[in-house]
Amino acid sequence: MRRVRTALLGVIAVAACAGLEACNKGQPSTAPIKSEPLQSGEHALPASAASPRDDGNWVMPSKDYAATRFSALNQITPANVSKLAIRFTFSTATTKGYEAPPLVVNGTMYLITPFPNFLYALDLTKPGAPAKWVFKPKPLAASQGVACCDVVNRGAVYDAGKIFFNTLDGQTIAVDANSGQQVWRTQLGDIQKGETITMAPLVAGGKVFVGNSGGEMGVRGWIAALDEGSGKLAWKAFNTGPDKDVLIGPRFKPFYASDQGKDLGVKTWPPDAWKIGGGTVWGWLSYDPETKLVFYGVGNPGPWNADQRPGDNKWTTGVFARDIDTGQAAWFYQTTPHDIFDHDDINEIILADIPWGNGRRPVILRPARAGFFYVQDRRTGQVLSATPYGYVNAYRGVDLKTGAMLPNPDKEPKQGRVTRDICPAAPGLKDWNPSAFSPLTGLVYIPHNNLCMDFGAMQANYIAGTPYVGADVKMYAGPGGNRGAFTAWDPVHRRAVWEIKEDLPVWSPALATGGGLVFYGTMDGWFKAVDARTGRELWKFKAGSGIIGQPISYRGPDGRQYIAVVAGVGGWAGAVVSGKMDTRDPTGALGFANAVKDLPMKTTAGGMLYVFTLPR
Amino acid sequence: MSSRFRASLLALGLAAFALAACDREERHSRSKPLGETIPAGESPDTIWPAQGSPPPPDPRAKLYDNNAPAMAEGQFLYNQMNCVGCHSHGGGGMGPPLMDDEWRYGGRIDQIAATIAEGRPNGMPSWRGKLTDDQIWKLAAYVRSLSGQPSKDAVASRAESMSATTPQTLTPREPAHTSDTADQ
Repeated sequence: MRRVRTALLGVIAVAACAGLEACNKGQPSTAPIKSEPLQSGEHALPASAASPRDDGNWVMPSKDYAATRFSALNQITPANVSKLAIRFTFSTATTKGYEAPPLVVNGTMYLITPFPNFLYALDLTKPGAPAKWVFKPKPLAASQGVACCDVVNRGAVYDAGKIFFNTLDGQTIAVDANSGQQVWRTQLGDIQKGETITMAPLVAGGKVFVGNSGGEMGVRGWIAALDEGSGKLAWKAFNTGPDKDVLIGPRFKPFYASDQGKDLGVKTWPPDAWKIGGGTVWGWLSYDPETKLVFYGVGNPGPWNADQRPGDNKWTTGVFARDIDTGQAAWFYQTTPHDIFDHDDINEIILADIPWGNGRRPVILRPARAGFFYVQDRRTGQVLSATPYGYVNAYRGVDLKTGAMLPNPDKEPKQGRVTRDICPAAPGLKDWNPSAFSPLTGLVYIPHNNLCMDFGAMQANYIAGTPYVGADVKMYAGPGGNRGAFTAWDPVHRRAVWEIKEDLPVWSPALATGGGLVFYGTMDGWFKAVDARTGRELWKFKAGSGIIGQPISYRGPDGRQYIAVVAGVGGWAGAVVSGKMDTRDPTGALGFANAVKDLPMKTTAGGMLYVFTLPR
Repeated sequence: MSSRFRASLLALGLAAFALAACDREERHSRSKPLGETIPAGESPDTIWPAQGSPPPPDPRAKLYDNNAPAMAEGQFLYNQMNCVGCHSHGGGGMGPPLMDDEWRYGGRIDQIAATIAEGRPNGMPSWRGKLTDDQIWKLAAYVRSLSGQPSKDAVASRAESMSATTPQTLTPREPAHTSDTADQ
């Protein structure tokens, strides 16, 4: 026992207190981790400046700037998780796809719902967690008609006494966290152009970062920085167009030649196509406090019919690093130049330090939609590795010399014909729902899809405020027949350590905990806890609706560890249920309807918070 | 029954069929031009105070309903005006499905035409001023065909989309209910 404890202490020490609650208290973890732990010297760790010690709160969707979605709380363990029991519930009064995490700040829980974007504050100090207040922003109802894939919201964020969130009709709002009173609101998007906002903002360095949605509506993508105190626009960078609009200046140092040159955001498009070319920012932002860089992925170019936009279509489907004060781009890497499959690059970007030579190298980890797990240098964007983490035939691989994605000509759609068996399908091997990264194991827990598609490309007409797609898509299960998977990925050794096959696409984000557990939900409503080291299922709970929401873990006012998740099926994958679609049309929901025809028989729409803890 | 009588009956039958077919294909190209006004589509099923029943449908409805050329042109417009981007080939997406039996704002052709012309509050755009009255009626005629309302000899026997959607001759006819979830 003594040896085990020493080993545990050693692990914690080597982990450099990276987000480990035990460090906070200066005492060893009580988690009875039975299997021999990896030496953390060998595995990836979160960037320490971006993953401060856990205070038991959950203040942003990604948990921390490094986007670990790791809670160091460790009362709930593989040994006792089977006793996990429901503590309280709360109905959100919505029935659309619920993708957001609850936030917990010092005894209050905040919930942001899908349209109409209610913001609830629940008092965790009282039995049953009654609501303290609800803020109703009253977004325009018409915004529902330009939201491509259900009317979701991916989360709010807390900082310095305020809650920040976006509304479907393109506003960013700051609300006083105590009183529920509005502090400011800023209109950023225009639904008449097809712009909505569904992403969760990120707050860093006194600024609130927000990007638009609408890549299927012919919008022009951007990211904006608002002053945290006033809501006034500090800077706005477009992801297409001339360098001055993209905030590309002397500081811009892309690693690869293909991303270097003047005004590529204009030259890599047919005339004026960049003005309606997509490149939105509807996913996840990370932030490195050491370099003051914000990292984000850029969405797909539009329309989906790529024959209408010959060229590399910069700066879509790639990753930008920008200075938070000026917005000036530091580097960019285009994952898929001239994307032809709607493989947005907006997935989460985990900031980590991996073993490299005798030391460690600062990297970003990206389980990308196109199907490759990228490890890239955080300072330059250089691709260190790009390894498929599931079945991919749409590309032949990534050339590490040039950084180029190698296309597979057999799978290239052409206008007027149907190209079959393209894997991964349009939602990618993994869509928006983020992975979790555990410093205990060094593994990235990836909730993802296993879908392929037939893609018929046709002429798309641009009419502002209407879809600009030009494709008939039909999706279906990939090899093996399982439509989803949950994969534990070792980013250093570039291999899956274990994988759980799921019947339905896995559309919920993941949560990793200091007790050695990983949580995720399924679209038919199972909320599962698995062993972080082995993937063995240890506990599950059937919720009233399918789960696509981010689970979180927090320390309650009573000092106990809680697990919380909202069940509410929807999103692109669940729109067949939340949008009451007719699955006889295989092309419904941009082709997703065909892949989940059985979902309406397996779950119903809803919106319910579930909070669990161990019995006393 | 004499063979001559049988033959004349057959001829009569054929003539009736041909006439019906002619009517089906009637394009009204020489009829009086239709006024360029917005279809006076009725509201969805509702309470009709001091009346008890909805007013009769707009007389123009029957010029378009079940009219093959109107539906064919409507299908062209359905794709060109990006209706397909939201409603897919009837299964729905950003917008509700059009091949099922639920109609938030009414499933009569004049009600559908009014929905297209005026828009609806939960995201349906208003096409008034972007499409002519005639185009709107044609679109409405096609939309009704997605749930199998027209007779099978009036609809296309081949799906116009590239993906394998069922030909409209095989589309089952759905009853038209008022949606019980108009808030969605």
